[in-house]
Amino acid sequence: MELDLARWQFAITTVYHFLFVPVTIGLSAFVAGFHTAYLRSRNPAHLRLSKFLGKLFTINFALGLVTGIVQEFQFGMNWSDYSRFVGDIFGAPLAIEALLAFFLESTFLGLWIFGWGRIPEKLHVASIWIVHIGTLLSAYFILAANSFMQHPVGYRLNPQTGRAELTDFVAVLTNKVQLVTFPHTAFAAYLAGAALVLGVCMWHLHQRRVEDDLPMYRTGARIGAIVLLIAGAGVAISGDQQGKVMTEVQPVKMAAAEALYDTQKSAPFSIVTVSSLDGQQEKVAITVPKLLSFLGTGDFNGTIHGINDLERAYQQKYESDPLTRAQTYTPTLPLTYWSFRLMIGIGMSSMLVAVLALWTLRRGSSAPARARWWPWAAVGVTLMPVLGNAFGWIFTETGRQPWLVFGLFTTKSGVSPGVSAAEVATSLIAFTALYAVLAVIEVRLTLRYARAGAEPLKKPDESTADSDDDRLQFAY
Amino acid sequence: MELTTVWFVLIAVLWTGYFCLEGFDFGVGMLFPVLGRSEERRRVLLNTIGPVWDGNEVWLLTAGGATFAAFPHWYATLFSGFYLPLLLILLALIVRALGFEYRHKRNDDQWRRRWDAAIVVGSAVPAFLWGVAFTNIVRGVPIDADKEFTGSLLTLLNPIALLGGLATLTVFLLHGLLFVALKTDGEIRSDARALATRVGWVAAGLGVALLVILGSDRGGAASLTTSVLAAGALLAALASNARGREGWAFTGTFIGIALVVASLFLMLFPDVMPSSTNAAWSLTVDNAASSAKTLGIMTWVGVLFLPIVLLYQGFTYWTFRKRISTHHIPPATDERDWAPSGAGLR
Ligand code: HDD
Ligand code: HEM
Ligand code: HEM
Repeated sequence: MELDLARWQFAITTVYHFLFVPVTIGLSAFVAGFHTAYLRSRNPAHLRLSKFLGKLFTINFALGLVTGIVQEFQFGMNWSDYSRFVGDIFGAPLAIEALLAFFLESTFLGLWIFGWGRIPEKLHVASIWIVHIGTLLSAYFILAANSFMQHPVGYRLNPQTGRAELTDFVAVLTNKVQLVTFPHTAFAAYLAGAALVLGVCMWHLHQRRVEDDLPMYRTGARIGAIVLLIAGAGVAISGDQQGKVMTEVQPVKMAAAEALYDTQKSAPFSIVTVSSLDGQQEKVAITVPKLLSFLGTGDFNGTIHGINDLERAYQQKYESDPLTRAQTYTPTLPLTYWSFRLMIGIGMSSMLVAVLALWTLRRGSSAPARARWWPWAAVGVTLMPVLGNAFGWIFTETGRQPWLVFGLFTTKSGVSPGVSAAEVATSLIAFTALYAVLAVIEVRLTLRYARAGAEPLKKPDESTADSDDDRLQFAY
Repeated sequence: MELTTVWFVLIAVLWTGYFCLEGFDFGVGMLFPVLGRSEERRRVLLNTIGPVWDGNEVWLLTAGGATFAAFPHWYATLFSGFYLPLLLILLALIVRALGFEYRHKRNDDQWRRRWDAAIVVGSAVPAFLWGVAFTNIVRGVPIDADKEFTGSLLTLLNPIALLGGLATLTVFLLHGLLFVALKTDGEIRSDARALATRVGWVAAGLGVALLVILGSDRGGAASLTTSVLAAGALLAALASNARGREGWAFTGTFIGIALVVASLFLMLFPDVMPSSTNAAWSLTVDNAASSAKTLGIMTWVGVLFLPIVLLYQGFTYWTFRKRISTHHIPPATDERDWAPSGAGLR
């Protein structure tokens, strides 16, 4: 009971945190990019776009931040035995993340938000770039911690203390899972940022409220679409590599992604299967021959191990030790099967919208996007990568079950022994209720600012630092 | 010095940074209803901490992460043991942070009033509960042979811990008042100074009482020295405030809080969480620590990067050093002021 509640709590709070994180990483690059462009071009449209996206960015950042605070303490609250077991290896990247990344992000974001008219322009632009670098550092270190859970390296088990101890920190930071996970996650974050820029600009191109602003939104939409396509290609390439690493280190996850029961050479990739996923009776199945083998091994004739074989092998290997004993070593299949497809399907669909948008906007000034479907595509494209990211993580994390650290430490042994089910239930309800309210507030606020569009510039922004009696150029 | 001791000191430094810095923004948040009698004054308060509060809070995240890395058992026992108070702190920190970041996003009185409430409650709850938590840590709580906390919420809410909570609450209030006196101009500045005198005696009294009670139990020569110095610093802050030396007054509470934290950690050492059930079951710097390898790596990271953090954080304080008063505050705006007609979400 307590285990289930703790898992639900972790899943809800982490997925929620990760709704905002990709947008933060991706959007900060656009804010910084347009601010830099203004520095060079002095084109007011660039500054207006930077400030406009900056507003959406700060609304989103705030929620990423507050939900991140919860993450930092959750391991101790609900997973204390896990924290004891792995603190040696897992704590270090977490602490380094705070020291290296969070300080950078928070301090320099403060400088950027309040810096208008108060700090030299170049330093101002540098601040937002530093924020962006901070978000990437943040992702790197937290993913290193997560990669250890997927594929433990650089440690030894100390039989006296029963704990995993660090032997090689560089190995932890350059885990082969990490080296494919970081690019995939970073590209997926740029995809999310670009999609938001594209979607918002598409919407304004449809509305045509201010004729003079259309070139600005066209610039935004074009750049958004181009970055989206590049990021999408990056996601696909890195995802392909990730599939290979995953097949190697967690073969059961690949089998679970496909609901592949029997070991097979030249295995096909299933696009959808309608029927029970228990492998007994397939009714309708659309498959691409040999693709799964290629995805997993790089060879169309490669062997992909099936769940039945793997389950038997794992039972033999792990059954004897209480730390690694589990009822089954196969994750929940419908969850892994569908989340994997939804990640790819929904996430990659955003690229279609980008291509359509580029096509529509290809000619000079007056190719208006008046079609009925256009605003729907605008809204849809902003949501797709965010959902793709969420499903990707749901796949990755549920596919790792029953393990917390693959092959080493099961989820059920990680839960806090001293915490009662009532306590976990309390916090689960409290966080879920609060997060639901905050979601409504954040979405409405984002919609308001997104619909209002880019603020016209009030006065030339080169005005020097304010004198003592002047009003602040920006204040809360 | 042994690495475990180095890390004990570094974690003390991180908590010191947290309480000295976030202490005043807790204070400013709690002062909304008192000093912020008009909307313009509330915005002055908000803007004194606007650019810096998040950086202050990261000291907490770093302290948490560093405890996880250097003393995993401490991290595990503390945060699973103090489950419900920590939950309250987290909820409070969430609504408070959003209050700071979202309040100005809409020009609407009801919206602002709600976030004001979030800021006040969200500041007061952690200001109080951190005192409760640290008093309990120093005095010891029931911990069994498996390093698990065996008490309940009521164990944590004992009278002395509640006194500790009041002490941190009032000291942070004083710290906030002196910060406002230092950072603002006009009526709000003189109001803050006047109020600081009154709150100051209560805060100093409660702070000293806490140090005496804890010291009589767990004190030694070193913690006695820092406690006396802490009391001296708090009193010097009050005296400076009375003479209108705002910079010195704020420095006084800053150093005072640092010395209080130092005293608490000196009383703890070499334990990190003493067990009141059986002293042999206490968590100590040795039995709660990670391997020497992790501690060694973390030492390098800490020694290299903490100074850099201090430099750039100092730089933001320098950048935003100017006093703010009501006439600096631009009129409230929101997206409706520039949205083309029909674009808003009504
Ligand atoms: C918009 C988001 C998005 C899109 C379009 C894709 N992915 Fe992805 N994927 C993620 C977002 C994501 C992620 C950021 O959510 C994950 C979770 C963990 C990770 O490293 O990235 C992920 C995980 C993940 C994993 C699991 C890794 C593991 O558990 O070790 C694999 C094998 C792939 N992806 C493969 C792909 C392929 C082959 C794709 C398309 C061709 C693809 N992904 C598109
Ligand atoms: C890199 C940082 C991450 C770490 C260290 C981490 C760690 C964990 C831990 C400790 C659990 C608890 C075990 C369980 O509930 O089964 C878990 C589960 C889970 N995490 Fe992660 N996680 C990370 C990132 C994420 C992200 C970014 C997401 C999603 C957006 C995510 C989604 C989930 C989900 C859905 C579960 C529940 C799995 C289940 O219960 O079957 N995780 N993860
Ligand atoms: C489960 C483990 C995680 C923990 C403990 C965690 C912790 C945190 C914390 C404490 C913050 C607030 C920082 C601040 O005050 O400025 C934060 C924000 C952030 N996190 Fe996480 N996080 C987790 C998962 C992830 C993952 C998997 C990623 C990236 C791949 C990520 C990327 C970020 C980024 C970029 C930010 C800053 C932007 C924002 O606030 O939206 N986090 N996280």
